[in-house]
Amino acid sequence: MAELTYREAIAYGIAQELRRDPTVFMFGEDIAGAGGVFKSTVGLLEEFGPKRVIDTPISEQAILGAAMGAAMTGLRPIAEIMFSDFLAVCWDMVVNEIAKVRYMTNGQVSVPLVIRTGNGGGSRFGAQHSQSVENWAMAVPGLKVVAPSTPADVVGLLAASVRDDNPVLFFEHKSLLATKGEVPSGELVDTLGTAKVVRHGKDCTIVALALMVPRAIAAAEVLAARGIEATVIDLRCLVPLDTQTILSSIGETGHLFTVEENPRLCGWGAEIVSIVAEECFWALDGPSIRITTPHVPLPSADVLEDAVIPNVQRIVDVVAKALDA
Amino acid sequence: MTTQIPHEYGAHDARMPEPVDPNMINAPIPLATRLDLYRLQQQMRQFEKRAYDLFLQNLVKGTSHLSIGMEAIAAGVGQAMRADDYTFATYRGHAHTLARGVPMGPVLAELLGRSNGLLAGKGGSMHLTSVERGVMGSYAIIGAQLCIACGAAWSAQFRGTDQITVAFMGDGATNIGAFHEALNFAAVFKLPVVFVCENNLYMEYTSIFDVTAVEHPAADRASAYGLERILVDGNDADAVYMAAAPAIARARQGGGPSLIEATTYRHGGHSRADPGKYRPDGEVAAWLDRDPIPMYHQRLLTLGVSEADLDKVQRDVADEVEAATAFARAGAPPQAATALTDVWADGGSSWRN
Repeated sequence: MAELTYREAIAYGIAQELRRDPTVFMFGEDIAGAGGVFKSTVGLLEEFGPKRVIDTPISEQAILGAAMGAAMTGLRPIAEIMFSDFLAVCWDMVVNEIAKVRYMTNGQVSVPLVIRTGNGGGSRFGAQHSQSVENWAMAVPGLKVVAPSTPADVVGLLAASVRDDNPVLFFEHKSLLATKGEVPSGELVDTLGTAKVVRHGKDCTIVALALMVPRAIAAAEVLAARGIEATVIDLRCLVPLDTQTILSSIGETGHLFTVEENPRLCGWGAEIVSIVAEECFWALDGPSIRITTPHVPLPSADVLEDAVIPNVQRIVDVVAKALDA
Repeated sequence: MTTQIPHEYGAHDARMPEPVDPNMINAPIPLATRLDLYRLQQQMRQFEKRAYDLFLQNLVKGTSHLSIGMEAIAAGVGQAMRADDYTFATYRGHAHTLARGVPMGPVLAELLGRSNGLLAGKGGSMHLTSVERGVMGSYAIIGAQLCIACGAAWSAQFRGTDQITVAFMGDGATNIGAFHEALNFAAVFKLPVVFVCENNLYMEYTSIFDVTAVEHPAADRASAYGLERILVDGNDADAVYMAAAPAIARARQGGGPSLIEATTYRHGGHSRADPGKYRPDGEVAAWLDRDPIPMYHQRLLTLGVSEADLDKVQRDVADEVEAATAFARAGAPPQAATALTDVWADGGSSWRN
């Protein structure tokens, strides 16, 4: 057991896979010599050398195209797209090529690759370096979508992603990089598509992802002081989606809240609300409520950014009002 | 289905073909190789003529992009490749697929959307793939395959094999970002990849010269990536072979990428929906006169091959096309349930528990 930051856990998790499997290699912009613009790949070049840890030009299409071609021919690449906003530059590779090639070739090829990317707001970077785009990825058949909230989950879910024979988009939240957590020693491999109940309570279920998880937990503590006991579920993966953990929790609490950093329209919570409405409507004791960033681009100034991304107070207010507490 | 293009939209000067290089008959290509090149071109031509006939019978649904008139490129490059090399093709990829020895029957069945198709009806004309023959896919978003090909080349380099990768593109691809990213990427990492631009003078319905800053859309860009300028007659299989073979050898020996521009012409329109009326009449006629296959036929006669031997090749290929047609037409439609398979590596499409 060691205490690592989320940032350190990224390099630790990548190193675990590079050590284990000689077909794993990683590349991206500034990831080798500089150790990553977020310093999340520090030390990897030194340990694994320039054949397996490679700096690329600023060529997102070439980065993901090369990852795909390498994955189709026997390697397990980890490609970094520095900011998830930049996925828009190479979205053809993600959506039309990587996600579809297995299907359209009738299963002739596998694409075992991981696209790691810095996601999310809170850094005052403005509208082009702050987005939460996990719901874009969720909308595309053929992509697995992972977004860990703790250092241990970073390591375990990254290992599961690298070892998966499908393409995985791995969203690392920029505002979690400095957070700390215990990481068990020894090989750590988690399971994709498993949500975690991180707090138990009988009165409502709050489903959250990535940065919204610690905020939901903090909100649950405040709500507890007001007599509301919330269950908090860390979704961890959007695809595969662990609906059973959610449905089972709703069966106990009768109230669903989602806390989403993505902008409102077609955010991941909409799918969860829809599934709950279809499959356990009669277990609900009130309307399901989505707490999201409003449908706006993210502003830069701290006051403005903090006003739009869901925070502890907003979660508390919305839940308390809905439960009439 | 016909799309009417205003004639004046394509009002540009006709681009006439260059004459055949009279020295190409002396190229150091073994006669057996030349006979293979002839057979390949016959296979491509006769296959695509049959595919077109089947469109007219409404047996081929969706779209299809023929390369009739352009066969010398696919044949010349394909012939220069090794069995374990990788091909990345475009949506105009029938010929590139056949060039690697993929049997005609499953390819034609795929065009007909049958369960015995190369992709069991899940890919169609634009995504022909045969991993066992090194055809790593046909890609229908312009330029994407150039980047993906870099990855296959990188993989071969990483694994220490001496496999090379060939990536085909049309002239239109030279104006998309992926082309430039792939060229730089391949050059920086000295990847064993040969990029082949089939310049058929038209990006879909528009003259490539009207929309490109340089005269030769690929060759004139090569120097930007430190590559040699290679421009060949794409209607002469020997010329293509003589350009492809050294480029492939260089890649195999660690000498890095090459970019070949082969000038050619498609006899038909861009796709099934296009009658090609934007092309000046004299231009089409001049290029029909420069059809690569009758020219090659004549060259083989000059080299001493008998008319009877060439006839036999044509008849053998015709038989092959008949058999492929029977195979394709006899194929059952796919079971609807197969639409839900192979999204994931476990063979299924489930996204939740």
